[in-house]
Amino acid sequence: MFETLSHLELQQYWWMIISLLGSLFVLMTFVQGGQTLVSQIAKNQTERKVLFNSVGRKWDLTFTTLVTFGGAFFASFPLFYSTSFGGAYWVWMIILFSFIIQAVSYEYRTKTNNFLGEKTYNTFLFINGLLAPILIGVAVGTFFTGSEFSVDKLQLTNINDPVISRWEGAAHGLEAVLNITNLALGLAVFTLSRVLGALYFINNIDDETLVERIVKQLKRCSFAFLIFFLTFVALLLTKKGFAVDTVNQEVYLENYKYFHNFLHMPIVLIIFLLGVVFVLIGIYLGAFKKSIKAIWYAGIGTVASVFSIFLIAGLNNTAFYPSTFDIQNSLTIQNASSSKYTLTAMSYVSLIVPFVILYIWYAWKSLNKKKVSKKDIEGDDMAY
Amino acid sequence: METFDISLVDWSRAQFALTAIYHWIFVPLTLGLSFIVAFMHTIYYKTGSLKWKSTTKFWMKLFGINFAIGVATGIILEFEFGTNWSNYSWIVGDIFGAPLAIEGILAFFIESTFIAVMFFGWTRVSKKFHMLSSWFVAIGSNLSALWILVANAWMQNPVGMQFNPDTARNEMMNFWEVIFSPTAVHKFLHTITSSYVLASFFVIGVSAWFLLKGRHLEFAKRSILIAAVFGLLSSLFTAYSGDGSAYDVAQTQPMKFAAMEGLYDGKEGVDLIAVGMLTPGKKFNDTKDDFVFALKIPKMASILAFRNANAFVPGINDLVNGNKKYKIPALENRILNGKTAIAALRDYKTAKISIRKKQALEKFRLNYKDFGYGYLPDKDSAIPNVPLTFYSFHIMVGLGFLFIMVFALILFYSLKQTLDKKHLLLKLSILMIPLAYISSELGWIVAEVGRQPWTIQDLLPTMASTSHLSTSSVQITFWLFAILFTVLLIAEIKILLHQIKLGPKEERS
Ligand code: HDD
Ligand code: HEM
Ligand code: HEM
Repeated sequence: MFETLSHLELQQYWWMIISLLGSLFVLMTFVQGGQTLVSQIAKNQTERKVLFNSVGRKWDLTFTTLVTFGGAFFASFPLFYSTSFGGAYWVWMIILFSFIIQAVSYEYRTKTNNFLGEKTYNTFLFINGLLAPILIGVAVGTFFTGSEFSVDKLQLTNINDPVISRWEGAAHGLEAVLNITNLALGLAVFTLSRVLGALYFINNIDDETLVERIVKQLKRCSFAFLIFFLTFVALLLTKKGFAVDTVNQEVYLENYKYFHNFLHMPIVLIIFLLGVVFVLIGIYLGAFKKSIKAIWYAGIGTVASVFSIFLIAGLNNTAFYPSTFDIQNSLTIQNASSSKYTLTAMSYVSLIVPFVILYIWYAWKSLNKKKVSKKDIEGDDMAY
Repeated sequence: METFDISLVDWSRAQFALTAIYHWIFVPLTLGLSFIVAFMHTIYYKTGSLKWKSTTKFWMKLFGINFAIGVATGIILEFEFGTNWSNYSWIVGDIFGAPLAIEGILAFFIESTFIAVMFFGWTRVSKKFHMLSSWFVAIGSNLSALWILVANAWMQNPVGMQFNPDTARNEMMNFWEVIFSPTAVHKFLHTITSSYVLASFFVIGVSAWFLLKGRHLEFAKRSILIAAVFGLLSSLFTAYSGDGSAYDVAQTQPMKFAAMEGLYDGKEGVDLIAVGMLTPGKKFNDTKDDFVFALKIPKMASILAFRNANAFVPGINDLVNGNKKYKIPALENRILNGKTAIAALRDYKTAKISIRKKQALEKFRLNYKDFGYGYLPDKDSAIPNVPLTFYSFHIMVGLGFLFIMVFALILFYSLKQTLDKKHLLLKLSILMIPLAYISSELGWIVAEVGRQPWTIQDLLPTMASTSHLSTSSVQITFWLFAILFTVLLIAEIKILLHQIKLGPKEERS
């Protein structure tokens, strides 16, 4: 069935899959958000244990979503993988380091004889919760603001120096943090992850006093989130964008490009607006009704709005990874993608994704039947 | 003109090797122990016996401690292809990215979803779903091995693809050829079975320690019996699949095979070196003897390599100088062909007239099979580190046969119910744990060092695979990884030893 699609259609299909994975990842950063909330909410050892065990059972899935996002990007748009990871080296390395220290921390933090001590592992979790969402947000911000890199395939024939993609800035990615649009997105993702973390706690934890304190934090985070998010959206909709000429594939700057993308793809605009509304409903239900359903609204809303932000970065003749060094070197879904054959083959693989989501949902439902509470944790010798 | 910085390549290699070797400390135990836990969990499910519940829980805990750090070290490998081998990622990403993506979609999600059920499902889900979750974790982790090994095998034996000069990269032509390449099949079977060997020794060694201490005797015997059966079968299969791998190597990577056997001058009916010591400082085309001493099995190397006692096996000198009789091209010619191919690619991409373009393309296609040789600075760089490859290979194989015997003995006495009295054998089996780790790491050294200088056999050498980074950046991350992974490894070992000392907990309900 995928054989009948054109190369361009396959590229669009894969950009949607990447967008979906990206938005699912942002949803899953509720684990990171939860990690940063612990020190503000918990007042003693047991409370900390309850909170860490609540998000701890999901950490591996967030991690896996990130890995799969990377793998899928590699398979579908390898030129992005090689240009961005090899160029913005330091941003990605810091992100990766923060996930390395996260992965061991849950399992090791309360084990006896754990060498570094519980405090260190708790700090590791905090660092991961802080850095990963901010930097990933910043990195995605460069999809709209661009980076200083060049791509020249002819370089392959230079025996002494055959590397095709080069980063032209010395900071190797760290410079992206200084851009206001990137930073606004980074902080929006960070505060959103805390909002989601708080809503997840409300859903998952059976403890009145803790929930009181969670709600207090939730109100603060939500306020911060709205400020950063609105700043980002305002900057995004008013900025020049990197448009691609459909005839000769040349890249040029277009005023209000991302705003135009919303107007040209009204469905995406609707998804975006619905997403925002759902996030707001979620926040309202959580902050004022302590509703356990709040996470569902905010979660669905997050996926929808992040999904549509990704879509306007790459669809409708837009360069999704712009080069500010030489605008003609910008990456588009057409010049960065895999061959038609590979995209077709991988499209069949993508049909598995709904099944994956289904079994994850089933496993979660089974596990979450019983909420996390102090009593429950004390009797469980597998608890983190 | 900027010239190429060779120290960047070396540091990138060092970093990849460091992180992969660390990752591989934890992976084989995950691959094997997950199945052993699933066996035990199934017995508990069938019998409802609390003894089996406590046995399952004990090994599951150790599994969890090892798993966490396996995941921590894995993430970096996934992204290192982009961060440190950027050129590689573009030139073969069309083929190589696919198995990596499939690994995520098909394997990692199974693992990470069901591991939570496995650990936290004791009181939350039905007994059956819980038991099945243990199986899903085992299947998921072994599936992940499948896909990453398909990827690795493809680098050793690139099939099912063609270079597209317009996009300047290799593109996939046949998905099935990539997956079912014999190299991939053998590599997968050899790697997973050797990992079962390692995990079995882990279980046997830990249990033997309890027997020697006189603690938890029933628990230890139960565990040993399961692991000995699993280990014996796996060790036999490891030897069998290793032979299959050696055969593949001889067909597709003759230089690696020559290095594995320390063979400089090829001939018909080559003997296999059972035990030997290479002449130190030996180089290609010098007149030194190959070995200081060697114990040989007549004609066995020819049989291994080509299933024929009188087959010609090329040595390193043949592969460098060429050998007319056996139609082996000289390295010099291959380097020239490679340079021709690279130049033709340039002509093709810069030519303005279509006839010139066509001519350049023909020239390119004609010489493409030696494309990668064009980047090699000299003959020396085409030869891997022979001593490292040779000794790693021989120690691995030697240990492989030792392992079979040890498993057989343990199983024998275990069935005779006299194992707890055989103190020497019990001590020996504790020693088998580090030996199993050593042979497993050595296997990768054979596979990876032996294929140098190639990232993609014959098509792309390491020096054309890197990213455009400063050496100092890679040095910094190298040391950060070295420190961080070492600290985490120490933490893991301390926790693991402490949990072992505590022993299994009695279950009351
Ligand atoms: C999917 C591909 C893949 C897989 C599964 C592995 N490797 Fe590898 N390895 C590479 C792909 C690769 C590579 C990217 O291609 C390197 C870097 C440069 C090179 O030629 O090969 C490499 C280099 C490399 C080196 C350095 C060799 C040298 O510089 O002389 C060592 C020692 C290892 N690897 C060891 C391992 C171990 C212990 C692995 C087990 C997990 C492993 N590799 C899995
Ligand atoms: C060099 C290539 C490799 C890459 C890029 C890689 C990547 C990864 C990543 C990203 C993870 C964490 C996934 C998660 O979220 O659970 C992981 C874990 C794992 N990998 Fe690798 N890996 C490599 C080599 C291997 C090999 C050769 C095998 C097996 C034969 C293997 C088997 C596993 C297993 C079983 C896990 C589960 C966690 C654990 O080790 O305890 N990996 N790997
Ligand atoms: C008993 C005889 C054995 C033989 C004949 C054998 C043969 C081989 C060969 C030829 C390779 C290189 C494959 C390549 O370069 O692609 C290899 C690799 C490897 N071996 Fe062995 N081996 C044996 C035992 C073992 C044992 C006991 C272990 C570990 C417990 C082990 C673990 C590995 C691993 C992890 C690799 C790297 C993965 C691969 O390339 O398949 N082997 N082996």
